[in-house]
Amino acid sequence: MAYPYRHEKETRILSEGFGDPAARTVAGWKALGGYQGIARALEIGREATIDEVKASGLRGRGGAGFPTGLKWSFMPKDARRPHYLLCNADESEPGTFKDREIIRWTPHQLIEGCLVGSYAIGAAHCYIYLRGEFFESTLVLARALEEAYEEGLVGKDIMGSGVDIDMTLHVGAGAYICGEETGLMSSLEGRRGEPRVKPPFPAAVGAFGMPSTINNVETLAATPHILRHGGEWYRQWGTEKSPGTKLFCVSGHVNKPGNYEFPLGFPMMELIEDVCGGIRDGRALKAVIPGGSSVPIMSAEDCRECSLCYEGVEAAGSMLGCASVIVMDDTTDIVKQVRRMAYFYAHESCGQCTPCREGTTWATRILQRIEDGRGTEDDLDTLIEISEQMTGTTICVLSDSLAMPIISSIEKFRDDYLALIRRGERVGAA
Amino acid sequence: MPDSGRKANTVTLTIDGQEVTVPKGTSLLHAAETLGTEVPHYCYHPGLTAPAQCRICLVEVEGAPKLQPSCVTMAQDGQVVHTESPAAKRMRQGVLEFYLVNHPLDCPICDMSGECKLQDYVFDEGREKGRGREPKRVFGRDDFGGDVLYYGDRCVMCTRCVRFMDEVARDSRLTVVDRGSRAVIDTFFDRGLEGASFAGNVVDICPVGALVSKDFLHKARAWDLDHTQSVCPNCSQGCNIELHTRDNLVQRLRPRENQEVNGHWMCDYGRANYEWMNRPGRLEEPAAGRGAKRRAVDWKRVLEHLFVQLREGSGAEVKVVGSASASNEALAGLAAVGGAAGDVSSRVFRSRRAADEVPLPGFPSLVRRRDLAPNVDGAGLLGFERTGDDGGGGGLEDLAGHDGVLVVLGDELADQGEDFGAGASLYVYLGTFDSPAARNADFVLPVTTFAEEEGSFVNAQGRVQRYWQGMQAPGSARPAWLVLGALAAVLGGDGTPASAEDVFAGLVAAHPAFAGLTYDALGDQGAALQKEAAHG
Repeated sequence: MAYPYRHEKETRILSEGFGDPAARTVAGWKALGGYQGIARALEIGREATIDEVKASGLRGRGGAGFPTGLKWSFMPKDARRPHYLLCNADESEPGTFKDREIIRWTPHQLIEGCLVGSYAIGAAHCYIYLRGEFFESTLVLARALEEAYEEGLVGKDIMGSGVDIDMTLHVGAGAYICGEETGLMSSLEGRRGEPRVKPPFPAAVGAFGMPSTINNVETLAATPHILRHGGEWYRQWGTEKSPGTKLFCVSGHVNKPGNYEFPLGFPMMELIEDVCGGIRDGRALKAVIPGGSSVPIMSAEDCRECSLCYEGVEAAGSMLGCASVIVMDDTTDIVKQVRRMAYFYAHESCGQCTPCREGTTWATRILQRIEDGRGTEDDLDTLIEISEQMTGTTICVLSDSLAMPIISSIEKFRDDYLALIRRGERVGAA
Repeated sequence: MPDSGRKANTVTLTIDGQEVTVPKGTSLLHAAETLGTEVPHYCYHPGLTAPAQCRICLVEVEGAPKLQPSCVTMAQDGQVVHTESPAAKRMRQGVLEFYLVNHPLDCPICDMSGECKLQDYVFDEGREKGRGREPKRVFGRDDFGGDVLYYGDRCVMCTRCVRFMDEVARDSRLTVVDRGSRAVIDTFFDRGLEGASFAGNVVDICPVGALVSKDFLHKARAWDLDHTQSVCPNCSQGCNIELHTRDNLVQRLRPRENQEVNGHWMCDYGRANYEWMNRPGRLEEPAAGRGAKRRAVDWKRVLEHLFVQLREGSGAEVKVVGSASASNEALAGLAAVGGAAGDVSSRVFRSRRAADEVPLPGFPSLVRRRDLAPNVDGAGLLGFERTGDDGGGGGLEDLAGHDGVLVVLGDELADQGEDFGAGASLYVYLGTFDSPAARNADFVLPVTTFAEEEGSFVNAQGRVQRYWQGMQAPGSARPAWLVLGALAAVLGGDGTPASAEDVFAGLVAAHPAFAGLTYDALGDQGAALQKEAAHG
């Protein structure tokens, strides 16, 4: 089966095996150089493994962009209590579909990444928390894990090294909040998926009360390559602050949406115009959400000079997040789009913190009223104030994630709101 | 600078411009409390873990990038904290507005009105005018079983009730169902709070009117209730409580904090048993004369007559029946009167005993004790012996036909016949209710219940605890310590005690077990008896 999302400009490190069913087997993955990364890690030892990842400059691909090697080094060095590696495979950010592709095409890439991570932090057990709706991915990964156990790659005495690393697949029930690191831990423990107050941080008190590190699928999948080729090798791509390659999930009004792998720093307009074949029907670009729904919306103007790396998107007024680029053309009703997102966050709020529980719902209702042509200009002030009250006041950042699109959309597309308020008409419907 | 030893265990910080030194591990919320500043809070409760989810206790800590939840942020040396900064106040106003997005404004029909934390905080700091134009979500009312009703619309999702059942009762019967603003508290399937032993506490700790007591529902407004510090009279644990009264009737009992005894809690058995304090048909006037010859006599004359008879009969064999529900002061007076009247051959009390104890797992010092009376231990220390069965009956066989002096205090003698005391040379009955078995009493003296008097009990831990008067006594009923104290004074030559405190001071002098204690020392938290004495 040919993988449909291909472009000659791509740099295929993580996505090399995409589209090839053979890559789902141990043999197929080894043919692509698989299980050499963990072999090298076992050879050079824990500290050197962490150092190698530090040297690569790899940053967390789940959205926050925290340096992975540094995160691993926070784990206590003693082994008095069990350590756990948690793989966050609860990919639920609207617009994001990169982890799913890694798991369903190259499950051993993830398993090997989990081995590297577990070994580095001294974990004898790794939990992979899979999103509940990932039916195919679950089957593929379960089969791959079974084979990895049979081949002695996972379990007792992996690859004859004397190191034990077990792996458990845990399938969630489909809640967005379970992709938040401490919410994931609560859910894994069998509780309601509710984020916890930090401190204590997971490296001190994580899953089951034990020191834990949690990494995104794409982050872990990159580590075997880094171990195999070295940290410096990884730095040949990307920028000083954002080394390496990244999967970009492009969706929305482009001719060829899909998953594309590029070095960080790739120009956004080149991704949209060239790689993705431009805006559908030759229409004009109106807005882009560059990092999954939880980041500020960018206007077409903001996108012109934007390069897709952590610092580049930040300079353009938004955040790279998990590099899920949602493209909207000039037919898009921004108010409707933001209202739909607000509904998502209101629906997915766990309900612990008052500003999030009440604020997301309230904002949704106000947005709905504006969309229905019954809004007032005061509503915009109220929306902005609610959003400010939802920023930095809660345990996790779910409500911040809604506040950013609301504030940025009112700032950048105020006319869309005003048109609905003043004329009771929808903007943009062609 | 503090010396190094002190420095190791305390931290000094500045809150709202005032310097304060607190033990290490103190939360900012607590540290502010020591300065008299209440940081608004809902999810935090001193008897439970803090999830820091209500977000109204956020305060500004200089140097921190965001406002910090004061309930879980620990005080640190040199910290500069602002609870009243513009950022903190703005955030609180915002959180309060968020609460009102869905909270109904049904205060006029809400039981919590007047003691509601949402009402209080909104009055203090809320916006003058709400901006919510959207309809509020509606959940309606849910019967949680037992005495507990849930009004979901009013719930602020602080989850104190869930945590109480999980952490303190260790009987997980409540949980949060659904998410976001659709979240509600609920029971698990069809199993509710019925049969739980401590579930009434969830009503107390609910900061709003979401969890209310069926028993108290629409019975009284909070601002009409008088609060009196008291001690639960329903078992020998002696949980510290408040009597909430209106129109001279007890409307409900509420636990009062005492970390040595009951924490913040009390059991449902104790809480539910208050109607007897309001029972009508009381003995109101003193009377003298047996059977048909009984006539009401005023206190002055009845005490004179009684004094004369006691003196005339002095040297007789005296048998005394006390009560484990009577105060130390009354029992000491009874012992003294008995001793002055002759040779006391028997001092007994009868008391009901439950089959089992009911412990509170998350606060192990609180146990609903087997003894269902408050002063079993006090009675024992003052020389009274238990008699009879676990139902509070029997055991009076050799008293019923006693031919000497018989004094009964606070035992209704419900299992005794009309011929009780018929052969006694003098039979004095002090009680709250008349009884067929008091027919042969030469004197029937109306006394007050614990709710109508001041006094003290000794609980099962050997802790002496005071209680205060919360109700007016009916008719001319008097505290037993006053009646007996007056008699003992005349018989023994001392002055009549002017107060329960006087009696207690005399009791301490006469009974070494109480050595060193005074009413002042007991305060409102009580004090432990000296160990050797308590077990001696």
